[in-house]
Amino acid sequence: MDLTWSPTELAFRDEARAWLQANVPAGPLPSGDTREGFALHVEWEKELYSARWSAVSWPAKYGGRDATLWEWLIFEEEYYRAGAPQRVTQNGIFLLAPSIFDFGTPEQQGRILPRMAAAEDLWAQGWSEPGAGSDLAGISSRAVRDAAAGGWRLSGQKTWTTRGAFCTHLFGLFRSDPSAERHRGLTYFLVDLASPGVTVRGFDRLDGDEGFAEVFLDDVFVPDTDVLGEVHKGWNVAMATTGSERGLTLRSPGRFLHAADRLIELARARPGVVRPERVVQSWIEAQAYLLFTLQQVTDIVEGKQVGARSSLNKLYWSELDLALQTTAADLLGDEAELDGTWSRSFLFSLAGPIYAGTNEIQRNIVAERLLGLPRR
Amino acid sequence: MRFAVAEDAAALRSAVDAVLAVRGTPATIRAGWGGDWATVRAAWGELAATGLAGALVGEAAGGIGLDESALVPALERVGISALPVPVVETVAVTAPLLEAAAHPLLADVLAGRALVAAQLTGGPLVPFGAVADFVLLADADGALRLHERGELAADPVRTVDASRGLLRLRERPTGGVELAPDGPAASRAWQRGVLGVSALLVGLADQMLGLTVGYVTKREQFGVPVGSFQAVKHHLADVLLAVEFARPAVLAAGWAQATDAPEAARATSLAKVLATDAATLAARTCIQCHGAIGYTTEYDLHLYAKRAWALARSWGSADLHRARLAAELGLTDTTGRQ
Repeated sequence: MDLTWSPTELAFRDEARAWLQANVPAGPLPSGDTREGFALHVEWEKELYSARWSAVSWPAKYGGRDATLWEWLIFEEEYYRAGAPQRVTQNGIFLLAPSIFDFGTPEQQGRILPRMAAAEDLWAQGWSEPGAGSDLAGISSRAVRDAAAGGWRLSGQKTWTTRGAFCTHLFGLFRSDPSAERHRGLTYFLVDLASPGVTVRGFDRLDGDEGFAEVFLDDVFVPDTDVLGEVHKGWNVAMATTGSERGLTLRSPGRFLHAADRLIELARARPGVVRPERVVQSWIEAQAYLLFTLQQVTDIVEGKQVGARSSLNKLYWSELDLALQTTAADLLGDEAELDGTWSRSFLFSLAGPIYAGTNEIQRNIVAERLLGLPRR
Repeated sequence: MRFAVAEDAAALRSAVDAVLAVRGTPATIRAGWGGDWATVRAAWGELAATGLAGALVGEAAGGIGLDESALVPALERVGISALPVPVVETVAVTAPLLEAAAHPLLADVLAGRALVAAQLTGGPLVPFGAVADFVLLADADGALRLHERGELAADPVRTVDASRGLLRLRERPTGGVELAPDGPAASRAWQRGVLGVSALLVGLADQMLGLTVGYVTKREQFGVPVGSFQAVKHHLADVLLAVEFARPAVLAAGWAQATDAPEAARATSLAKVLATDAATLAARTCIQCHGAIGYTTEYDLHLYAKRAWALARSWGSADLHRARLAAELGLTDTTGRQ
């Protein structure tokens, strides 16, 4: 055990903190899940990129800093502590990029990653379909080979696509071999949403923002160079992405440590409104998530696979967030219904147990793959 | 930064494992239930010889010179075995005090010949008093004093976990030898006790979960293993979640104590809350997932559940530690008022 940061890591923290202090916008930006707010958030992303903070753990040649996973954690802590804007590039940088590093060709990496880091290309996730949510392998959107043109033609419908109406690109799974067993006939495609045949319709999430979209694909051509990983082996690539989504790259401890600190401030200002133990419990859980993460990062650094353990992360952070936000709403009392930061984060916390694989699915995964209970 | 069990800690843990594989069985717990303390003490004698007894005692004084951080993984294994011995009280709480006081009893403790029970909150109930040779008690001024058990006016009492060997003191004793005045040393001893019991609770939760996974995998109803039902799976996934998030908190508290970190008390309360909640959730859930067999004393599960319930409320309940944290975080004043 050694729970101390090295001088290099401390210097990294100082540098990040100083830059954020000097550059984070003073007031909160309008929601990044609205068209105007999204544009302002993209401007912020470009600022982050120009100071090389948009993807710290990436190689410098793609716009990162070659930061270690530890430094990434430190950056995240500082980012949330500084009250910096939501990351509208998150689905690209934190969910797609890990798969591009693992499965992409050098050509794809060189072409896609720098534009992603620079917020030139903005990526949306195309997993769910009207008939396939938790049962992701049940997707029916299809890819038909167009050998003459050197690519594929995609048709079908994706939905619940976060910020899909504002993004420029989509990554997702399509059924390329309808005759194969359902997990085997899928291919992972990278789709330019400006392609002919794409129609995107935004719609409102629970908070009233146009943060969701349906994406209709009608015979959309995608070249072979935009297949990620092997043809018909998209399931393996997708599982790597969902591992990132459930695990720590999507939700680092810094987010919840900061939320717990804000909750404590709120509670100190409103004594006697809720039992202090509820507030303490949220602080405890945020700390526990940090400590679990430190152990997990050690495992990753030492070459162990996280695998199904990312489902533990997902269950814990989503449920701690929901409890924390509920306590905050109770503390706010009759102000809780006002549209504002807290009411928005309360509504968003209800999505946590749903996205990235519902918590019911996560509990199945934990039971079957970590405890070894029999499948049905 | 490296959040992983260090080599010396892993070595002690494997030595402890080797003894517990033979001695740390339900048969030993049941010996405690029957008052067969000779069998229990023989198990402890072997376990002490791994170096566990002197884990926190310097090599010059005959110990193995580890720290709290290295002790936690071994204590978790002791928790898994539910050995009915005051291991935490003897090894974590008293041995370092004996070393500091250069007390001659230390040699007997290190050799596994002497066991020390402890009650530091001033209450009359002394867990493992019946199996111990000495008892560490807090006096009216908060000083910690060591008493020979034979000198205490105390009666055995029936308990839910009958292997706890509980004694009830008829009166607060006078006499004994002061090992630490009220102050930093006494407070450190308390913190070590809280840490040690937290490690035991994680082990107990792990044990109950393992037993239950084994049972629901074999037990069939409606023609299939009951563990294939989603309702059962989700219960047990929640237990694993609680255990997996409590364990790092206990390790981190050990590290904080070992390095005299300013946040050590806070980290220790955090550990006790998470370990207690994990163990009480495990006990409740595992009995439920077993069905009726879980509500018997023939089956072993109750041995661990009853120990977990006892430890959950000792060394400060989860609520007490949450209240301490509330004060630390400025949510209440020291009297608990908001």
